[in-house]
Amino acid sequence: MDFPLFAVLAAMFTIATPLVWAALGAVINERAGILNLGIEGTMYAGAFCGFFAAATSGSVWFGLAAAVIAGALAGALMGLLTVTLGVNQHVAGIGTTLLLVAACNFANRLLFSSGSQTITAKFDRLFAGGGMLSQYPLTYVAFLLLAPALWWVLRSSGFGLRLRAVGENPEAADAAGIPVARTRYAALIIGGAMMAIGGSFLTLSLLGTFTIDIVSGRGWICIALVIFARWKVWPAVAGALLFAVTDALQLQLAISPLFSGVPNELLIAFPYLVVIAALAIWGRGIRYPGAYLKPYRRA
Amino acid sequence: MRILLRARESRWLAPAAVLIAVAITLLITAGPIRLAGANPVAAYERYLVTPLSTLNGVTEVLLASTPLIFTGLAVAIAFRVGYYNIGAEGQFLAGAIAATVPGLYLPDLPAALALPLALGAGFIGGAVWAFLPAWLKRHAKIDEVVTTLLLNPVALLLVQGLLNGPWRNSASGFPDSDTYGPGYTLPPVTDGSRVHWGLIIALILVAGTWIVMSFTPLGLRLRAAGQAPAAAQFSGIPVARLQWRCALISGGIAGMGGASQVLGVQHQLTAGISNGYGYTGIVVATLGALTAGGVLLVALLLGTIAVGAQNASISLQLPTQMGAIVSSTLLLAVVSLMALRRYRVVFGRRRPSGGPSLDETVATASEPDAAAKVGVR
Repeated sequence: MDFPLFAVLAAMFTIATPLVWAALGAVINERAGILNLGIEGTMYAGAFCGFFAAATSGSVWFGLAAAVIAGALAGALMGLLTVTLGVNQHVAGIGTTLLLVAACNFANRLLFSSGSQTITAKFDRLFAGGGMLSQYPLTYVAFLLLAPALWWVLRSSGFGLRLRAVGENPEAADAAGIPVARTRYAALIIGGAMMAIGGSFLTLSLLGTFTIDIVSGRGWICIALVIFARWKVWPAVAGALLFAVTDALQLQLAISPLFSGVPNELLIAFPYLVVIAALAIWGRGIRYPGAYLKPYRRA
Repeated sequence: MRILLRARESRWLAPAAVLIAVAITLLITAGPIRLAGANPVAAYERYLVTPLSTLNGVTEVLLASTPLIFTGLAVAIAFRVGYYNIGAEGQFLAGAIAATVPGLYLPDLPAALALPLALGAGFIGGAVWAFLPAWLKRHAKIDEVVTTLLLNPVALLLVQGLLNGPWRNSASGFPDSDTYGPGYTLPPVTDGSRVHWGLIIALILVAGTWIVMSFTPLGLRLRAAGQAPAAAQFSGIPVARLQWRCALISGGIAGMGGASQVLGVQHQLTAGISNGYGYTGIVVATLGALTAGGVLLVALLLGTIAVGAQNASISLQLPTQMGAIVSSTLLLAVVSLMALRRYRVVFGRRRPSGGPSLDETVATASEPDAAAKVGVR
């Protein structure tokens, strides 16, 4: 068999793009001490709102802006629940996901009840025909701009230091004059916007249309990636690429005659199993952010 | 403006919080109902009143509630000991798969053997699906939230793979399994109704959980392990072992729910068998305050809303997703107000001198003895 290495690598970067956006958004959340299980719903809202705004206005940029706003609002909702009210973060996140998915499906039924969805204008690949280099704009932004910038911000900037401080030891951060609640809200809003951009990549770049269950568990994958990456930027990117390459391989294997006997479902399940195996191998004894899952009230 | 811990929670506060949450939910969801061109009052009537106003409606509600009692109870048992099992969806599907094995390969068994076998297989299937995350949690301290979650899509893919492959319907060729042997049918509770004995099994499990949790030393240890793991560990309660066992029992109960659904309703395995019951189980358990009685009540409430959503989609052209919006909004409103009821908001500046008054010490969620400090009566 002629192994299509470059096709797999090109597909790897494309598949990894929404995961990188959303997983890095989750890194920001969790470094500030909030586990955001609303990620699946936030991505779904980004995908739907992005599609809807682009379809009605005819501009993909409006779509992207709508996704950012939707994600920021979803982050603010998580902030209201977990920061202000101190609700259990697992329950708040699952509830947010259930609500956002149901609300988007409801809106989809109302707005596009005819069933056939209009294909919107979508972002095109740059360098068409350039092989591996021919990717969507958000892919370049994710790998060349977002990841290095976030790495620097978390490591060296004042905001990054404050973020880590409220996630590790909110009492000490508070004593040092860092506004804990405001910093966590900022983390949730920025992270939520990034998750929604990741979701909108599916509609505005990849498919150009919205389908039910379009996110199909990518948010949950990101939750696992972030733990696997121990809340660091570059390992999260690497984890997204690992997942993506197994997914891209799966797509190749599915069309290869060599694997025609293997059920397609087994190949689709493969990346999930790889992430669990990776967690089992490298995930033991990891140290969580100090304030993970704990609401903070000033003493 | 400051947020203060209440020194003492008054008895009426919890029910009041729930009532306010219901009112808030109705107010919020009225918007989308109007947008869909329906009258909110008529919609709420369809959701909450119409299903309960006829005998047929009540049996439909009981039928819709049965899987939710199983998954809600499964989630509640795990959450209660501090094991966050988000994988009831996958465990439910695994139980349905396991119950299908004897149903397809031993079709001639009489009901007296077939039903216990299939239900037991369902329990084991769910427990097997819960095994890996529980094992990783116990031996490698790997967060169970992630691993239980990731196994949900895998279970769904397994169902689809079986239905597209070896279990494809031999008559129609559709991706549904063949119908089970005649012995594999949970009988109806009353003649002619669709409510099956799965409901009775679920109620027995609810009663058993209630008795164990409320009246036995084991229940006391379980509650202690969930509420204050460090203190429980210190006083000699084997927290990790209790979590491990409850994780497997939780998976088993969810799996039995899947078995009850295929044996009682479908009599075959289909890809849409779960319909999100595992995720809704998290809502049921949380709104039910992780108690057996609460799970039963909330499962009946959400079952009513689900049947009502079906009615409303026919009579009011309201998309069925509105039912899910109502139940998830209700979840968020209730948990918010339950969190709020421990605190009260005070406007104005802190008193300049004399120290904090008896019940006005600023709250700390991280400090369990804050209430003791201010001298709870």
